[in-house]
Amino acid sequence: MVRTVVERRRGHGVPQAAVALDDKGRALEAMLPEILKEFQPDMGAAVDLVVVTVKPRDVASVCRVAKESPQLAFDFLLCLSVVDYGERLQVVYHLYSTTRKHKMVVKADVLTEEARVPSVTPVWPGADWFEREGHDLYGVVFEGHPNMSPLLLYEGFEGFPGRRSYPFNEYTEW
Amino acid sequence: MVESRSEAPLDMVQMMVNMGPQHPSTHGVFRMVLGIDGERVVSVDPHIGYLHRGSEKLCEGELYTQIVTLFDRMDYLSNFNNELAFCMAVEKLMALQVPERAEYIRVIMCELNRIASHLMFFGTMGLDTGAITPVLYAFRDRERVQSLFEAVSGARMMHNYIRVGGVKEDLPEDFRQRMAKLMPQLKQGIEEGDRLLSFSEIFLARNKGIGVIDGKTAISYGMSGPALRASGVPMDVRKDEPYSVYNRFDFGIPIGEKGDCWDRYYVRIEEMRQSLRIVEQAMAQMPDGPISTPVRGVLRPPRGEAYARAENPRGEIGVYLVSDGSDKPYRVKVRPPSFCNLVALKYLLRDCYVADCVVILGSLDVVLGEVDR
Repeated sequence: MVRTVVERRRGHGVPQAAVALDDKGRALEAMLPEILKEFQPDMGAAVDLVVVTVKPRDVASVCRVAKESPQLAFDFLLCLSVVDYGERLQVVYHLYSTTRKHKMVVKADVLTEEARVPSVTPVWPGADWFEREGHDLYGVVFEGHPNMSPLLLYEGFEGFPGRRSYPFNEYTEW
Repeated sequence: MVESRSEAPLDMVQMMVNMGPQHPSTHGVFRMVLGIDGERVVSVDPHIGYLHRGSEKLCEGELYTQIVTLFDRMDYLSNFNNELAFCMAVEKLMALQVPERAEYIRVIMCELNRIASHLMFFGTMGLDTGAITPVLYAFRDRERVQSLFEAVSGARMMHNYIRVGGVKEDLPEDFRQRMAKLMPQLKQGIEEGDRLLSFSEIFLARNKGIGVIDGKTAISYGMSGPALRASGVPMDVRKDEPYSVYNRFDFGIPIGEKGDCWDRYYVRIEEMRQSLRIVEQAMAQMPDGPISTPVRGVLRPPRGEAYARAENPRGEIGVYLVSDGSDKPYRVKVRPPSFCNLVALKYLLRDCYVADCVVILGSLDVVLGEVDR
């Protein structure tokens, strides 16, 4: 009984969210391997999004291609997140096209020990604070970013509070 | 012999001015270090994080039902919109169908919240340009909306009303009477405010041609919502990717021409009128029926990830939810609209006058609770 609870917690034997791509998503899925051929992307999907996993060193180039290719035209960076999976960190870029109105996800896995990805600020200046936040809370170094100083935390803060290994505050009664 | 003074180069001293974090015009706790040459701003270094509570990290330690309250506290002027964004992300992951009536209640609440939030903007915009009266009018009308919220959800702010699968409880019995009274009042209030401030000569002089940003640059900075639409880009999640029941209503997306402070201001005034139209239609179409899908007490969405987008008063909110199948999310990342709009501040403040800093920041309508999370 206890064992099943633990296993549930870890996410084994739990159903996977169903994938349901719309027409735009399917069209995107069909044309992406050809456009991103030189980066050998790993194609996937999550619920209603096309997911492309690439090598960390290619992230900036992939993003540039995604922005400048006329079929993709991803001119809008929706969100840049970092997810902590223990020994690896995943940098996730949600992209959107204001002209073609489709969206996709670019992912890159880096080792937590030496988390380095090229910055996408030259592609979308709006990535500036997202990357500083990722550096603050998760310790990902975005190479080529103009200013990696702390954004949400104060100067001299020790540790990376976003990571799962960082403890929650202990609440005490007074 | 006196040496001619005009030939010697003037000694230009760049002065650093620290604006905020306790400055009333910074809308909370925002600080910018301005490098000033005379009256011109030559450099700007924004500092945020004074309100950082680690909301995203806190979400990882709470049950799904408890997280809704954390979302209330991010953008504390548009609580319903924030709650909806999170609930939509969970529903997407669980592939839940929300009953029709619940969807209509959500839309009505969100649009009223948009009006309340824009009224706040309207008032503070007046304050930022030196007009004290508009804020009094704005708060009178906002208070009416707030008391309706109180009747519906039990709280003026931090409602915790929209739940995964529907809403907390049905509307109060006298809701239609209340709305019948509120709608004309709001309509009149918005027109009054518009007449009072929008075309005042001083207000125009302070806003026209100030803080200009073109559509393409605004998109590259990730600006969204009224701030982007003021630059002439008709991007609105309610139209581009209709969520809830927004595809059933007839409403317009106001856009600006120049992308200056006045456009950003007036787009919001026009948006309030459009929101009223949506509320009117929703009131007329709202069916009877259940207000919530039965879900388990402790939610366990399937393993996977979902990204939900919604249109907040301040711009586009995004919730990136990663679930490992347990009762708590593995990761919650929010794309806060104010945060993304504020990145463009550096661009907007280039070469402006010191006095315009306040107006430009005001026209972005940021809520620092959401910027810092």
